[in-house]
Amino acid sequence: MLMLWIWRDIKVRYAQSALGVSWSLFPMLSQVLIYTMVFGKLVRIDSDGAPYALFALTGVVPWLFFSQALNAVSSSVYGAGPFLQKIYFPRLILPIAAMFDKFFDFLISFCLLLILLAFSGASFSISVLFLPFLVLIIMIAVLGFGMLAAAVAVHFRDVLHIMGYVSMALMYASPVVYPVSLVPAEYRYIYSLNPMVGVIEGFRSALLATRPMPWDLIAISASVALCSLLLGVIYFKAAEAKFADVG
Amino acid sequence: MADHQVILQASGLSKRYRIGSRSKSQLSGTAQLLNFITQPVQRFKKIRRLSNFDDKDSEHDVIWALKDVSFEVRRGEVLGIMGANGAGKSTLLKILSRIITPTSGEFRYEGTLSSLLEVGTGFNGELTGRENIYLNGSILGMRRAQIDKVFDEIVDFSGVERFIDTPVKRYSSGMTVRLAFSVAAHLDPDILLLDEVLSVGDAEFSQKSMHKMESVAKSGRTVVLVSHSATAVARLCDRAIFIAGGSIVASGSVEQITGLYLGNTVHTRATKIWHAAMAPCAEGLVRLLSVRIVNAELEPIEIVDVRQRFGVEVCFEILQLGRVVLPEFQLVNAAGDILFTSIENRTEWGHTPRELGLYTSTGWVEGNTLNEGRYSVNTSLSSLAPRNSYLTENEALYFQVIDPLDGDSARSDYGLTPPGYISPRLQWT
Repeated sequence: MLMLWIWRDIKVRYAQSALGVSWSLFPMLSQVLIYTMVFGKLVRIDSDGAPYALFALTGVVPWLFFSQALNAVSSSVYGAGPFLQKIYFPRLILPIAAMFDKFFDFLISFCLLLILLAFSGASFSISVLFLPFLVLIIMIAVLGFGMLAAAVAVHFRDVLHIMGYVSMALMYASPVVYPVSLVPAEYRYIYSLNPMVGVIEGFRSALLATRPMPWDLIAISASVALCSLLLGVIYFKAAEAKFADVG
Repeated sequence: MADHQVILQASGLSKRYRIGSRSKSQLSGTAQLLNFITQPVQRFKKIRRLSNFDDKDSEHDVIWALKDVSFEVRRGEVLGIMGANGAGKSTLLKILSRIITPTSGEFRYEGTLSSLLEVGTGFNGELTGRENIYLNGSILGMRRAQIDKVFDEIVDFSGVERFIDTPVKRYSSGMTVRLAFSVAAHLDPDILLLDEVLSVGDAEFSQKSMHKMESVAKSGRTVVLVSHSATAVARLCDRAIFIAGGSIVASGSVEQITGLYLGNTVHTRATKIWHAAMAPCAEGLVRLLSVRIVNAELEPIEIVDVRQRFGVEVCFEILQLGRVVLPEFQLVNAAGDILFTSIENRTEWGHTPRELGLYTSTGWVEGNTLNEGRYSVNTSLSSLAPRNSYLTENEALYFQVIDPLDGDSARSDYGLTPPGYISPRLQWT
């Protein structure tokens, strides 16, 4: 059922559009273009020695997966509306399906990222093998925070209004357009409580080989993500019983 | 009917809801400004209160949609739940299908349980009929292999073969509903919960779905059916429960409960008795006391089997000597057409003035005369020569005619209700 549900989401989203699935690449390309112009050309932010466009690309791809999936997961329960009222099914399917729906988009962007990197003459090191692990951290964090938000959003729509701003703020709190090296060392551990910090740095390390794999940051990211998942699942399961009453 | 083990048991189910209370009236400018600041806090409390209750029952904006409902369903049994709108039927089904949790009480069941509270929930317009069958089937709890097995049957039953690979949004609404019902009708759980799903599609399809549900019900499946339709309940169910105001008012045989339901909700029933002061009375000449539908044993009945001989019993009182008085009645179908008029025809009363006192006359309608449906009775007291109608009481009572589909009525094994005002069983040679 989960598979069918994910597949339905994807199919419905791209039904009757000429470009179809290519649309999933649009946010990524447009953002990279803007960031390269503004931060690369105008502000001239340090990009750890890599070409800025590639630097931005390696940040934007995991970031977009995180932010889009987080949004989708947050509104997944509320968005299911009539289903909640009329059919019984394990409610956990909703956030999980929403996450995998965006994961599909991520895979496509990720392929494009690899192609672009290959064209630009990058040589992939063995650390590329750590990428699935990093993606897993994103998934865990998305589900954890997303399920918390989703369960609260059923009662308080306010959460959905806020989500857009939260994710924008989080983007600037993540090394998407700038390198971690810009953050003063004494704040770096607090900074890395944001799970995307370790993940994005890990992506850059694996794909651009600008720095060694930041294992300390990744460890913090992974712990934060796991804690959020634990909290998220517990809260979601507790709130689940009242979804149909209030939603 | 091999074993009579309890498969679904509910005990003390209650569900409490909070209904919105009126907000306060208009305020002055400053108060409104203040309100702007305090309102988020109040709203926050209000939203929290939606699902949190104090233990005081005194709260004025709390209603009990369901209160202390207990019952059992045995394996293979088809239980009907009847009740007016808002009686709590749907709340009960939602609890049983685990969509909402009861405020108190519990239920348990054995095996798998699927519910169909609305036809077509989860259909997506962008997907084709084929895709929707799989998606909907899986939402309703079928495995892929199960769907594969009944796929052709589903398509065949719905009658939309030609459009099976067309997105459902291009379907007519009737086609969508038919397809959705077909998926649901091929579900195969141990316990099936159904809510008002029989009245979908056009007349022909709704007959077809009734027939399908009947074969499901008779195949030994355990079914809980919520319905307004006395006909559906009488045909499909073994036993019924009548719910009003969130509680079980009565439970018993289908005949008892459908009778009670018709009597309670349509505010009429197959027995009409007037209190002396209220009785229709013609200028101190005659008075109508009661009209009833009775069986061969002269017992009042609410539901008439289509094959059954039944009587319309008129009870009246003569208040003045020297009158020829003949009771008569008309049988009127649900569309308001008068099927026939029948007048007391025993010769002794045709020209003979009656003594003072009570009289009872019963006109008998042979079995296998009427078609299925709801009928009302108009009653008159009159004389023929000269034609003089003393009093007339229209729609004095209502009753229901039902065909249990045992194959020996006029329709034989035909599944649909045969068109026509009446449905006599003719002799064929």
